[in-house]
Amino acid sequence: MLYIFIIALGIIMIAAALYALYAGKLIHAIISAGVIGLLASIIYLILAAPDVAMTEAAIGSALTTVVFLYAFNRICADRKEGEND
Amino acid sequence: MTAVSIIGSILIIIGLWGMLTKKNIVKIIIGFSIIDTGIHLIIVSVGYIRGGTAPILDSTVDRARVVDPLPSALVLTAIVIGLAITALMLVYAVQLHRKRGSLDITAYKELKC
Amino acid sequence: MIKRALILIVVAVAGWFLISFTASVPEQETLPLLAEQYVSQGAGRVGSANIVTAVVVTFRGLDTLGEVAVLFIATAGIGFLMRLDTDKGKRRTRTPASELLQTGSGFLIPLIILFGVYIFLHGHLTPGGGFQGGVVIASAVLLMLLARTDPRINHTMLRAVESLSGAFYVGIGVLGLILAAGFLDSRILPAGTLGALASAGAIPVIYSLIGLKVGSELVSILDTLHNAE
Repeated sequence: MLYIFIIALGIIMIAAALYALYAGKLIHAIISAGVIGLLASIIYLILAAPDVAMTEAAIGSALTTVVFLYAFNRICADRKEGEND
Repeated sequence: MTAVSIIGSILIIIGLWGMLTKKNIVKIIIGFSIIDTGIHLIIVSVGYIRGGTAPILDSTVDRARVVDPLPSALVLTAIVIGLAITALMLVYAVQLHRKRGSLDITAYKELKC
Repeated sequence: MIKRALILIVVAVAGWFLISFTASVPEQETLPLLAEQYVSQGAGRVGSANIVTAVVVTFRGLDTLGEVAVLFIATAGIGFLMRLDTDKGKRRTRTPASELLQTGSGFLIPLIILFGVYIFLHGHLTPGGGFQGGVVIASAVLLMLLARTDPRINHTMLRAVESLSGAFYVGIGVLGLILAAGFLDSRILPAGTLGALASAGAIPVIYSLIGLKVGSELVSILDTLHNAE
């Protein structure tokens, strides 16, 4: 039962990874990369490693997405300033 | 657990493929982040004992059925370092975009600026 | 075209090696010998209920020191690189956050900081520890950065917290060299009973310092990225 759950999570993770690389818009790719971290955190909990699950949920899904979004915002603002000049 | 190892290996393959073929710099960095997640999954899955519980002892835990604590400790520091390196790479990408105006990696072909 | 085919061959060969190696590792039935030693000594001599904490802080303490150093170098690099191009003096005015976010953040930020401090103080008893507590504190500061239009983070205090906690961490390590068996030995303070708050020697002190250092470095990264104008 748990095995089927892990395989289902794995298939969703692989689909999210492929979508993150082949998405049209960059913002969809960034959110997809955050979803991978969240699902990895659930797998760590099933593998009986709660410290790693906590760290991966906080860093892999929250802080990594925030850092990507900050950089993306900065690039878009620079691009808009470049077009206005 | 072997299933998690195989999932981690497939993530590493997807991330490697993305880093080698994509032209957008931010997608290359996303590929690096995927490789990182795959590596951590493989390391933690090696330490799993069949039927084991978390390595936190109290009066009800059987000390012989505890999961290996060493891979968890290694992956703990590796996740934090992965975040710091990803942030550093993104700052490089922002500065490259400021200098040249494009996020395409084929626009940076010359060695001299 | 030929480049794409070469890349495909390389990735396929690497993938075949990787999958065949990881699939041939058998699942373990009993603990390996080293892990059994860590579990019995972690419960006995070190006295910490969370074995992963004991491994990170005392048995593999030098790796944690190296990780803190790498985090510091990365933070310094980000701070240096994001200031290279400040000749554009335009200051972007931000739209103020919605009222729900402003009121909610005023209520939630102290609670989140309290939760983060709880996590790294109880690192030797429950899952968690310095890294998780530091990340939770950094996310509380991120909420403050997002909710206020003009957040003033005291850079002097941030730098003071970061450098002092790093210096005290190495200082406690050297104290272990003088008073106990080696560098970063946690037996300079008494081990106490398993499961009490004041147990496991110097592990709560060391982990609190690591938590403060990691938290302040992540706050520094977020602040640099937020104010990159």
